Amino acid sequence: MSLADKDRIFTNLYGFQDWGLKAAQHRGDWDDTRSLMARGQDAIIDEIKASGLRGRGGAGFPTGMKWSFMPKGSKDGRPSFLVINADESEPGSCKDREIIRHDPHKLIEGALIAGFAMRARAAYIYIRGEFIREAETLFKARDEAYAAGLLGKNAAGSGYDFDVFVHRGAGAYICGEETAMIESLEGKKGQPRLKPPFPAGAGLYGCPTTVNNVESIAVVPTILRRGASWFSSFGRENNKGTKLFQISGHVNRPCVVEEAMSIPFGELIEKHCGGIRGGRDNLLAVIPGGSSVPLVPADQIWDAPMDFDGLKEVGSGLGTAAAIVMDKSTDVVRAISRISYFYKHESCGQCTPCREGVGWMWRVMERLRTGDAHVDEIDMLQQVTKQVEGHTICALGDAAAWPIQGLIKHFRPELERRIAEAGNMAEAAE
Amino acid sequence: MPKVTVDGELIEVPDGATVLQACELAGKEIPRFCYHERLSIAGNCRMCLVEVKPGPPKPQASCALPATEGQEIRTDSPMVKTAREGVMEFLLINHPLDCPICDQGGECDLQDQSVAYGRGGSRYHENKRAVTEKHMGPLIKTVMTRCIHCTRCVRFSEEIAGVDEIGALYRGENMQITTYLEQAAKHELSANVIDLCPVGALTSRPYAFEARPWELKKTLSIDVSDAVGANIRLDSRGREVMRALPRTNDDVNEEWLSDKGRYMVDGLTRRRLDKVWIRRNGKLAEASWDEAFKAIAKAKPGASIAAIAGDLVDCETMFAAKKLVNALGSDMLEGRQTGMSYPTGNLAAVNFNSTFAGIETADAILIVGSNVRWEAPLVNVRLRKAAKRGAKVFVVGPHWETTFPAEFLGDDAAVLHDLPGHVTEALARAERPAVIVGGAGLAKGVLDAALALPVQRDGWNGFNVLHMAASRMGGLMLGYAQKGGIADIAKAAPKVVLALGADEVDWSAFGDSFKVYIGHHGDKGAHAADVILPAAAFSEKDGTYVNTEGRVQFAEKAVFAPGDAREDWTILRALADALGVNVGFDSFAELQSAMIAEVPVLGVEGLADYGKLPKAGKGKASGAIAYPIKDFYLTNPIARASVTMQQCSAELLHGDEVREAAE
Repeated sequence: MSLADKDRIFTNLYGFQDWGLKAAQHRGDWDDTRSLMARGQDAIIDEIKASGLRGRGGAGFPTGMKWSFMPKGSKDGRPSFLVINADESEPGSCKDREIIRHDPHKLIEGALIAGFAMRARAAYIYIRGEFIREAETLFKARDEAYAAGLLGKNAAGSGYDFDVFVHRGAGAYICGEETAMIESLEGKKGQPRLKPPFPAGAGLYGCPTTVNNVESIAVVPTILRRGASWFSSFGRENNKGTKLFQISGHVNRPCVVEEAMSIPFGELIEKHCGGIRGGRDNLLAVIPGGSSVPLVPADQIWDAPMDFDGLKEVGSGLGTAAAIVMDKSTDVVRAISRISYFYKHESCGQCTPCREGVGWMWRVMERLRTGDAHVDEIDMLQQVTKQVEGHTICALGDAAAWPIQGLIKHFRPELERRIAEAGNMAEAAE
Repeated sequence: MPKVTVDGELIEVPDGATVLQACELAGKEIPRFCYHERLSIAGNCRMCLVEVKPGPPKPQASCALPATEGQEIRTDSPMVKTAREGVMEFLLINHPLDCPICDQGGECDLQDQSVAYGRGGSRYHENKRAVTEKHMGPLIKTVMTRCIHCTRCVRFSEEIAGVDEIGALYRGENMQITTYLEQAAKHELSANVIDLCPVGALTSRPYAFEARPWELKKTLSIDVSDAVGANIRLDSRGREVMRALPRTNDDVNEEWLSDKGRYMVDGLTRRRLDKVWIRRNGKLAEASWDEAFKAIAKAKPGASIAAIAGDLVDCETMFAAKKLVNALGSDMLEGRQTGMSYPTGNLAAVNFNSTFAGIETADAILIVGSNVRWEAPLVNVRLRKAAKRGAKVFVVGPHWETTFPAEFLGDDAAVLHDLPGHVTEALARAERPAVIVGGAGLAKGVLDAALALPVQRDGWNGFNVLHMAASRMGGLMLGYAQKGGIADIAKAAPKVVLALGADEVDWSAFGDSFKVYIGHHGDKGAHAADVILPAAAFSEKDGTYVNTEGRVQFAEKAVFAPGDAREDWTILRALADALGVNVGFDSFAELQSAMIAEVPVLGVEGLADYGKLPKAGKGKASGAIAYPIKDFYLTNPIARASVTMQQCSAELLHGDEVREAAE
C-alpha cells in the first residue's frame, strides 16, 4: 500500500530537475491557476475541508477549518493576511527546506490560492534565518512569479491582487510559534502572544491572520487539481493524505520521502531507509515527530501507523513527521538531555515556568546522565515537567517537558541503573 | 453582564471583565506579579492561574481570560494550589535569598506571596543565576539578579511614560531587563517603576539602606512640586521625612508621582532656616524672636505693608498673612512672583476646567505656551492617553519633546489670533475640544485670545489654564492678586514686605522696603531679607492646597520643623501682637474656620466651582513664547536644596555637556 510515483505531490523533492519557473510549469505548477481560483473562495475552502488535510506544522489542526475562521469581508477596512511558517527549526525536521530548495513554486502558487481563499491581501513567508541558500531560492522564485505576472496586480490573470513577501528570521526557534512569528514580523522581540485574541481575529498588525505551515500550503494546488477525493484516498480516517516523512538517525539511508499517511513505521523504514542500522533487533527507541514529542520504545513503534492518531495511541505524536531513530548504541539519556539543552537555549524567557523550569530540567538531566543524582530526583524531575507542562503561554513548555516524560516513562530503569552505578563508584572510592 | 460562579458563588460581572476581576469581585484574592490595572496585560508571570470550566483541562491565566457567561471558576481547587506552588517555586529558584539586605523587604510582593502561596522549601539544588547590575541613573538602583521578568517596568515606560527606555535583552533564562545601552532613565516619571517592581530588582537609589517600611510613620500629604497636587504619602522616621510615595487618586495623579515630587524630600533637611536672623550692617546675624519682632515693629509699617506668597505655601499661611495685612489697613497681596498680571476677577478663566481626568477624553487639544512634560508631568500622562485615543494635539511655543504626536505651530503667541485652517477646523469639529494655556502663554497675554476659542460644548468646558505653583489657585481664591501684578506693589514701595517663602521674586525692585522673610530654606528670598523668621515646610504643618483644577486638598503634618522654626501661622499670629493688631484667631482651628467662613469652598475637599467662563476681552497676544522652567529638577527651594535633585539635574540634564567637556 505504498505511494505510487504518479500520486506524489512533490515531484522534484530531490532536486533532480531545476527549481525554476519554467521547470516547475513543466511539472504542472501554475497550470491554469486562474481556473482554480475561479471556483470561488468558499468552494476552495470546502474542497480543502473535504480533502481532510490537517496542518503539517505539528499540531494537526484541520486546514480548511482554520481558513474558514477568517472573516468573509472586512467590516472596518482592515486587510487580512496569510503568514506562511517556514521557520523550520524543530530538531529532526527538514521537509520545508526541501520544498523551498527544489519546489518553491508549489509554495508560492499555494500561497496565492490559499491567500485568495481566505481573502487575504498578502502572504508573508517567514523563512528561518539559517536557511541562506533556501532564502535566496525563494526570493528568486518570488521574483520569477512577479515577472511572469503570477503575483501582484491581477495575479495569474485571476483579477485578484495579491502580494507575497519573504521575510528572513534571525534564527530563533520560538519564532516558529505562530504568534511569536507575528511579533517578529512586526519587528518586535519574538515572544508568543496571549490567546485570545486568536490570530484569525487580530494577528499581524492587528489584522485577521492565518498562519500555516509550508507543507500545508504547498499541497493545496495539487489537492485542488486532483480533487479532494484523490487526496483523501490515502491514509486512515481522520488522517488523510500524503505526507513528507523525514527519517534521520540510525537507519541505513536517512531520507526525506513522501508517503501516504498511516504507513506503519516498520514499512517506512524498511522500504525507504534500508532498515535499521544493525537490523530491527538493534532498534532502541524512536522519536517519531521531531524533538518535541515523547520517544517510543522499539517494541511499540514498529507496527504503529505513522499518523496523528496512531502515534497518540503509543503516547507520542506525529508532530512534523520527523522520525529520529536511535539504535542500541545510543546513550538515550544524553540524547534527551541534549534536547533539553536545546529547549533551555530556545526558551524566549517571557513566562515563568518555561524560563525557569527548562533550565532546571536540563541541569537535572545532565546529572542524571552521569548518575550524579538521587533516585528521588527522578520523581522530582517528573513533577517539575508537570509543573511546566500546561502552565505556559505557548507550547514550548510542553515541548520541553514531553521528551523527559517519555524518557522517565520508558527508561526509568536505565536512569536508576546509572545512579546506582555512580553511587557504587563513589562508595568504592571512599 | 455575564454571570459566573467563583468557588460556587454566583456573581454578575461587568462586560469586558477578566476572570481575575471576576474573582476579585467575588472577594477572592488572586496572586499576581505581572498584572497591573494601569498597564497592558502581559500574562507572563503565570501566578494568577485558576481553574475555569468550560475550557481546556489545565489552569488558565485569569488576568488575560475574559469572563464569559456561565463560567465556573475555581480558585481553591487542588489544581490551582499546585499550579501556584509550582510557579512560585520557579520564581524562587533563581531569586537570591537576600531579603535581609534587600530594600524591598517588608513591602515585597514576592515575599508576601511566597508565604501565602508557596511551598515550605525548595527542591532546587543547582547554582542560581546571577545578573550584572544595570545603570539606570541617579534614582533607580538595580539588583537585576532579583528580577522576576514581570516586565511591568517595560510596559510602564512604553505605555504610560511614552518613551522606549526600558526593554528586555536576550532570551530564556538569560533574559535581562535593562535600559537602552544602559543609559540613565531620563523621563520625569522614571522612578514610578520602583513602585511597580514587585521585587527588589528596581529600588530607590537615594533611599537605599535608609529605613525599613515597618519603622516608618505614614502621613497623608499633597505634593507641592507643581500645581497638580499629586496625592502623596510621606514616610518619616523621627524628625526626618525618609521618602515620598504616591497615593492612588484617579482624579489627580492616578497612582504616579513625578520624580521631583518623589525625590526633593531630601532637601527638607538641607539649607534649612532653623534660627532667627536679622540683617545688621548689611550682614545677617543670629538673633532671638523678640529682637526680630522688635525690629519689625520698629519699621512701623502702618498700612504700608504687603505680603508676597511663594509657590509652596498653604492656604492657611496665606490667609493668616492676609488677616495681618488687612488688620494693618492694607490689602497689598500678591502671589504671582514673576510679575504676571492676568485678570483674576473670574477664577474660571484661570482654572483647569476640564479636569485632569476629563482631558483624557478630549479629542482636539491646543497647548499654548506650556512645556507640559516639565510643568506638570502627570498631566502629560493624561495628554498621552488622549492622543492614544486619537486626539489631535497642537502646540504654540518652542519645541519640546512630546511623548505623543503633536504639531508645533511656532513660537509666536500672535498665531492665536490667526490659527491655521486645519487647527480651527479640528477644534470646531471636535466633540470635546480643549485649550491648555500655560504660564508662558499667560505672560504673553494669550488669555483673551484663548477664551475666544470655541472649546465649550454641552456639559464640557475645554478651557484650561495650567499653573506651575502649588499655592497659585489657593492664593487667587484668597485675593493674592493685584491688578497690575507684583509691579503694583513695587510701585507702592511698602515700608514692610512679608515674603512668605517667596523665592522667585526680583527683590531689587523692593530696595527701600523692610523685607521680612518667613520661610524654610536659605534661598533667594532669604538672601535678600532684612529679617528671617524660620518657618515650616509643607511636610511640617497641616495645610490646605488647591491644585490647578481648583481641587481643594488637605495635607497633614508629618514631622516637626527643625530648630527654632515654627509653623507659619504661629509666626504671623505673634507678629500681629508685636505690631499691636488683632487678627481674630488664636489657634489653627480658629484660623481654619475663619478662612472657611470667608472662602467656604476651602472647607470642602474636592473641586471648587468657579462658575461660568467670562466673555473674551480684547487683549492681544503677542511676542515669542519662552518657557519659564529652565531646569525641571530645580524649580523650588526644596528641590534646589536636595542633593538628589542636583544630581539629577547634573547627570540627566547636563550630563552630555559634562561628558563632552571631559573628552
